[in-house]
Amino acid sequence: MAEKTFDPLSQFEVHVLVPINLGGFDASFTNSSLFMVLAIASITLFLVGGTRKRAMVPGRWQSMAELSYELVANMVRDNVGSEGRRYFPFIFTLFMFILFCNALGLLPFGIVGLHGFTVTSHIIVTFAMALVVFIGVTIVGIAKHKLHFFSFFVPKGVPMAMVPLLVPIEVLSYLARPVTLALRLFANMMAGHTMLEVFATFVVLLGVFGFAPFLMIVALMALEVVVAVLQAYVFAILTCLYLNDALHLH
Amino acid sequence: MSEHKPPPSLEDLETRLDRARSAQVDRAGRDSDGKGMGAMGVAMQMSIEVVAPLGVGVFIGWLIDGWLVTAPLFLVIFFFLGAAAGGLNVYRRAGQLLGEDTEEPGGDNEAGRDE
Repeated sequence: MAEKTFDPLSQFEVHVLVPINLGGFDASFTNSSLFMVLAIASITLFLVGGTRKRAMVPGRWQSMAELSYELVANMVRDNVGSEGRRYFPFIFTLFMFILFCNALGLLPFGIVGLHGFTVTSHIIVTFAMALVVFIGVTIVGIAKHKLHFFSFFVPKGVPMAMVPLLVPIEVLSYLARPVTLALRLFANMMAGHTMLEVFATFVVLLGVFGFAPFLMIVALMALEVVVAVLQAYVFAILTCLYLNDALHLH
Repeated sequence: MSEHKPPPSLEDLETRLDRARSAQVDRAGRDSDGKGMGAMGVAMQMSIEVVAPLGVGVFIGWLIDGWLVTAPLFLVIFFFLGAAAGGLNVYRRAGQLLGEDTEEPGGDNEAGRDE
C-alpha cells in the first residue's frame, strides 16, 4: 500500500468502455460519455417524474422540478427581458446539464467499486459548450442587427482618434468570452476534485491522525456542493448576459 | 384531527407569500452583486478575466505571424492588446462589483478630456 503511488489526477482519466470506430474516426463510448448519458437520464427522470402528477399543490418532487424551472425562467426574464423567452429552453438545458454533471461527479461511486467522473472537469467539454454559446449568441446578434451588430465593438462617446486602438481591444475582449466561460467552470471543478483527492490521500497516509484531513474533506465536500450549483448558475447567467448584449447592444 | 381545521384565509396566505417573496428578492439581490461570493471567488474570476484575453491575443498574434511570416511582430502587438483587454475587463468588473453603474459616462468624460 505504501509503495503505491497516489495520483490525484488519475481521477480525470478518460477510459474507453465500448470502442466504436466510425470510418477512422474514434467515437468510442467512454466513461465521460457514460456520465453524460447518466446526467441526461437523471435530468429526464427528475423533470418527467416531478411533473408526472401535475398536482395543483405540488409535492416535494414537483416543487424541486418547478423550482429549477422558475430559477432559470426568472434569470432569463431579469437579464434578457421578454425577448429572451425564445432562448429559455436552451439556457435551461445548459443549466440542468452542467448542474447534473457537477453533482454526479460528487457522488461517491467508489463505495460500490465504480469510478466517479466529472464531465465538466475537462476543458474540452466546457469549451465546447462555451463555444456553442458564443457562436450561437453571435449569430443571434448578427441576425437581429445585421451589420449594425459590429457597432458593439465601438464604445460610445469615444473620440475618432481612439477608435482604431479601442476596437481591437474590444474585439479581443469579446473573443475571450468563451475562454473565460470555459475556464471558469473547468478550473472550479478540476481544482475542487484535485483538492478532495489530495486530502483523501493524506487520510490514508496519516493513519490514526487521518481524522484531521478527514474533517477537512467534510468541509471541502460542503464547499464543492455549493461550487457545483454556483458554477452551473454562473454559466447560465453569463449566457443570459451575453445574449442580452447581442439582443440589445450596449 | 388537524385536517379539520378551517383553511387559512387567502389574505393571510397572500401576506405571508409577499413577505417570503420580498425576503427572497433581498437575498437574490445580495448574491448577484457578487458580494456574497467571497473574496476568493472574486479573485479567481478576476484572474481568469485577465489571463483569458491575454491568451487569446497571443494565440491570434501567433496565428497571424505564422500566416504572414512576420514573427514576432503581431505576437507582440496582440500581446499588448490582450493585456489591455484584460485590464478593461477587470476595470468593468470592478465597476460592477462596487455597484457603480455610472461607470460608462465617467469613462466617456475622461476620454473626452484626453482629446
